[in-house]
Amino acid sequence: MSRIAVTGDDAIAQAAKIVNPDVVAAYPITPQTIIVERFSDFVADGEVDTEFVCVESEHSAMSACIGASTAGGRVFTSSASAGIMLMFEILQIASSSRTPIVMAVANRAISGPINIHGEQTDQLLFRDSGWISIFAETNQEAYDSTIMAFKIGEHSDVLLPVAVGIDGFILSHAIEGIEPTDREFVFEFLGGERKAALRLDPDNPVSVGLLHLQDYYMEARAQVRDAQQRAKQVIIDTYKEWKELKGREYHPVEGYMIEDADYAFVTMGSGAGNARTAVDELRAKGEKVGLIKIRVYRPWFGKEFSQLTKNLKGVISVERAHSFGSPGGILGQDVKSTLFDSKQTPCIAEYCYGLGGRDCLVKEWSEMYDRSKKSFMEGKNLPYFWWGVRV
Amino acid sequence: MQDVLPTDINDEDFKKWVAEKWGYKKLPMAGSTPAGSAKFFRTGDWANKQPHLIVENCISCYKCYFYCPDNAITMVEDADGKAHPEFDYFYCKGCEVCAHECPGKKGNKAIVMEDLK
Repeated sequence: MSRIAVTGDDAIAQAAKIVNPDVVAAYPITPQTIIVERFSDFVADGEVDTEFVCVESEHSAMSACIGASTAGGRVFTSSASAGIMLMFEILQIASSSRTPIVMAVANRAISGPINIHGEQTDQLLFRDSGWISIFAETNQEAYDSTIMAFKIGEHSDVLLPVAVGIDGFILSHAIEGIEPTDREFVFEFLGGERKAALRLDPDNPVSVGLLHLQDYYMEARAQVRDAQQRAKQVIIDTYKEWKELKGREYHPVEGYMIEDADYAFVTMGSGAGNARTAVDELRAKGEKVGLIKIRVYRPWFGKEFSQLTKNLKGVISVERAHSFGSPGGILGQDVKSTLFDSKQTPCIAEYCYGLGGRDCLVKEWSEMYDRSKKSFMEGKNLPYFWWGVRV
Repeated sequence: MQDVLPTDINDEDFKKWVAEKWGYKKLPMAGSTPAGSAKFFRTGDWANKQPHLIVENCISCYKCYFYCPDNAITMVEDADGKAHPEFDYFYCKGCEVCAHECPGKKGNKAIVMEDLK
């Protein structure tokens, strides 16, 4: 199929179109992006069979999605930033109700001050909620990840909601070429209509979403914990199948120029593009540097991550997110605890960059590397540092 | 490994679930239960009062039956074909709604509450 030029938003809307979900419930204004606006075009033009529910808030959007998914439907939605904050309560219920909703998140800074530009803090803030959390680097990845998210979430070993993040504006509003696929392929890839084992069925009545007090709450949460762990194999298998069918290779954690590297960046999302170019430029100067890209953030692939870090002398964790008063960045804390668990002791430097959509150019990534390496050569860690903030 | 569904569980299992404190592997997923999750829940032991019928004051108006928030009242016909309430004390919480709503006969209530000692 010939390539098309689309924004990240459009790529995800197109992916949702060929998935043809049963229900899309979304709140249509700021901080919503063009994803559901485009999708509502498809509904109006009769290109999908979807029931589009235009709700009155993000809290209601996620609630409607849970209802539709519990009824057995294949459900998609999209949100960002303050919208995620408003649906936060219901996000937890989506995972505990084991509803495999797919949500595209155009990662945007959270208030305040008000800002709608690229930043991953919104999606990272619900890392503990039981959602599978994926970050895309390119529009193609956003497209593929959206389709695969349905397969991963709906797998009977998993049954968890999946968030696919694209950096606000950098991906969501920027045009790239992607190779689309068709509805027949996707229908077969997803195994036809959704087959929900647990659903509201008048012929087989059940009660869902009940009160669990001291006697059963921990057990109910433990089921989500196990489903997150089981999702790892399902994600690996789904990526493998995608490679066989589509030729594009994905891994939950990806190494670039990592085999002989002494130092490596660790990052997520679109920043990995600039990091890769910086690695190429530094390699050309003889620096032994690589890149570890986290595609799947939850569940955390600790074993795979430590395979990539085992020979490193220094790790440079760089994230477009922040956490106040914490012992490092949000991603940085996962990186550090994984190194600790695997008894690896490279030096570490942690950076927060690009908050509220501030640019971070390739040369700045090289500068981050130089600054970190200088410290690593002295055997010293660098404390959590906000890159590019004016003093 | 997949999670257990509530439809895999019968009434007898369900009674055990309440009593036995199952582990998360045996517990149906997503906090789901077979339909009628309150079936074996003795809310009657919350009560500190219980309703009792004074049948000669009952005019078979069905008000108690419709107002009971717990469906703990069944209307049963007597030999004359008149229906009177029967209370299910397994579920009745003693909320007094039936006694309050009862119009009785000539100012005398057909449902009165009696303290539980």
